[in-house]
Amino acid sequence: MTPGPLLAVADPLFSDGVDLTVVLIVVGKTVAVFAMLLVAVMFYVWFMRKVIADMQNRIGPHRAGPFGVLQTLADAIKLFFKEQSSPDTADPWVYRLAPYLAILPAFLAFAIVPIGGEVTIAGHRTFLQLAELPMGILFLIAMSGLGLYGVMLAGWSSGSKYPLLGAVRASAQMLSYEAALGLAIIGLLLQSGTLSTRGIVDLQAWTGNWGSLGDWPVAQWLIWPALVPFLIFVVAAIAETNHPPFDLVEAEQELVGGFHTEYTGIRFAIFFLAEFMNLITMSAIVVTLFLGGPAGPGIGALDAGGWFNAWIMPVFWFLLKLLVLLYGTVWIRATLPRLRYDQLMSLGWKFLIEGALLWAMIAAVIRVGGDQGWSTWIVVPGAVAGAALLYGLLWASMPRRGELVEEIR
Amino acid sequence: MEAFVFFAAAAILLGGALGVVLARNTVHSALFLVGALIAVAVLFVQQQAHLLAAVQVIVYAGAVVVLFLFVIMLLGVDDYESLEETIPFQRPAGIVLGVAAVVAVIALAGNTWATGRPSVRGSLTGPASGFGNVEAVGRELFTTFLWPFELTAVLLVLAVVGGVVLARRSHPGSGDAPDASAPRSEGAE
Repeated sequence: MTPGPLLAVADPLFSDGVDLTVVLIVVGKTVAVFAMLLVAVMFYVWFMRKVIADMQNRIGPHRAGPFGVLQTLADAIKLFFKEQSSPDTADPWVYRLAPYLAILPAFLAFAIVPIGGEVTIAGHRTFLQLAELPMGILFLIAMSGLGLYGVMLAGWSSGSKYPLLGAVRASAQMLSYEAALGLAIIGLLLQSGTLSTRGIVDLQAWTGNWGSLGDWPVAQWLIWPALVPFLIFVVAAIAETNHPPFDLVEAEQELVGGFHTEYTGIRFAIFFLAEFMNLITMSAIVVTLFLGGPAGPGIGALDAGGWFNAWIMPVFWFLLKLLVLLYGTVWIRATLPRLRYDQLMSLGWKFLIEGALLWAMIAAVIRVGGDQGWSTWIVVPGAVAGAALLYGLLWASMPRRGELVEEIR
Repeated sequence: MEAFVFFAAAAILLGGALGVVLARNTVHSALFLVGALIAVAVLFVQQQAHLLAAVQVIVYAGAVVVLFLFVIMLLGVDDYESLEETIPFQRPAGIVLGVAAVVAVIALAGNTWATGRPSVRGSLTGPASGFGNVEAVGRELFTTFLWPFELTAVLLVLAVVGGVVLARRSHPGSGDAPDASAPRSEGAE
């Protein structure tokens, strides 16, 4: 059987027509990815509690299942059977809608993450990836923008003070860090030259050559040429997902529970799920953009292909990288204290956004220099010096702390 | 398949648009607006305008309506909005203009320009591939339309600077000018 054209590439609406097999493959992929994310959240919550317990010399969950693995499942079942109350002052429709608005973008953004390479299912060639969109990484920015609605509307519709304060904080924080997130991606795109997540992953794929050091698997990753965007992206992604140390949205010492104070039962569980799903999605995006995605050495002869190298090895490498990143998020959660709100804003607006913009400028100059054949030894220091000068001017013109307070008063 | 996607998106778009106008609650209106904007983005994808679709969701649904909601949340929703009409003839003028707009859309839809090209009608699946993709739009934007693009950027910067100037005009000595910290203590109700 000769494989047909690739499924759902540059044609998300299947305008060439569909048959039952294609529908089944797409539905199957969707269900598989959703189930994978749910299991991943379940695993992550257990993993997080266990690792933090280790770091604090505790045992952590250990009753439900071996090593307490089933603790999250037990919690979820408990939440399912709890009473769902809602405040009298709540807006009933928006109050019920908000949890779903929170979880939908978290799941949709995962659609563009390449989990594996190209496989053949029932004669159709397809990627182990839910959707390969022409707009590629822009879809992530769109979805992280929509992710705000869940938090914001949950806080507003609860009709009570603490959730409202949490929602106002959330909208300001997420809008600010979305800018840094998008600008960091610009710096990366100047290196990659393509928007498509599949294209970005292919760029970082191993050439299969152990000969020269520059061709080794890790050396191909975009994290090296795009180290600055990587750092900015990671910080902005943690803030965008409201993960500690940026969890001012639900700061329990200040806002009780923040935006979800008034939620109980399964609706609360859905917010919980959305928060961790967002974190996993963002980590998967970082793996895709900077750490080579599913790229990694196969087993046996490298061009052997075969069932094992197509299905298992890429997914293994992807999950391994994801696990390392997720361990990093747990470590951050266990270590760093929460920022003050003014620290959060000044970090976002005074460092991350400028840093991303200046890096985009440097990357653009280096790229043009490369195209024009200018000497690297002049272009790179020149671009960096120019960027440093610009930031110095900006820094000198920023109001100092004392000044600012006096003027507002 | 194209027809199904088109009619589904069109139904959501029209439902959302009606909801924006008919909803009594401002926040509900804003939510319906988000639905309508996303339906328009789906139609853009169908027309191969992928960049427009992404920008539609990022800018309008992800930022503009969020700011609407931000303002509504900060200032509170007034349920007792005055229904008294301050401008006379507003209602009949609105009806006339609305009917005129519908007639114009229908007339244009069936029309062809003098060049022989259909004026607004096109294929459901849009023009040939590569038309609205990111690379093509980017190249046009930074070559043919460079000046309008840069001037738009200047306009936006002017708007931002104007906003900052207006917001920070109040000084401690200027008496009755509203204090920057005042709305926080009173307006939260």
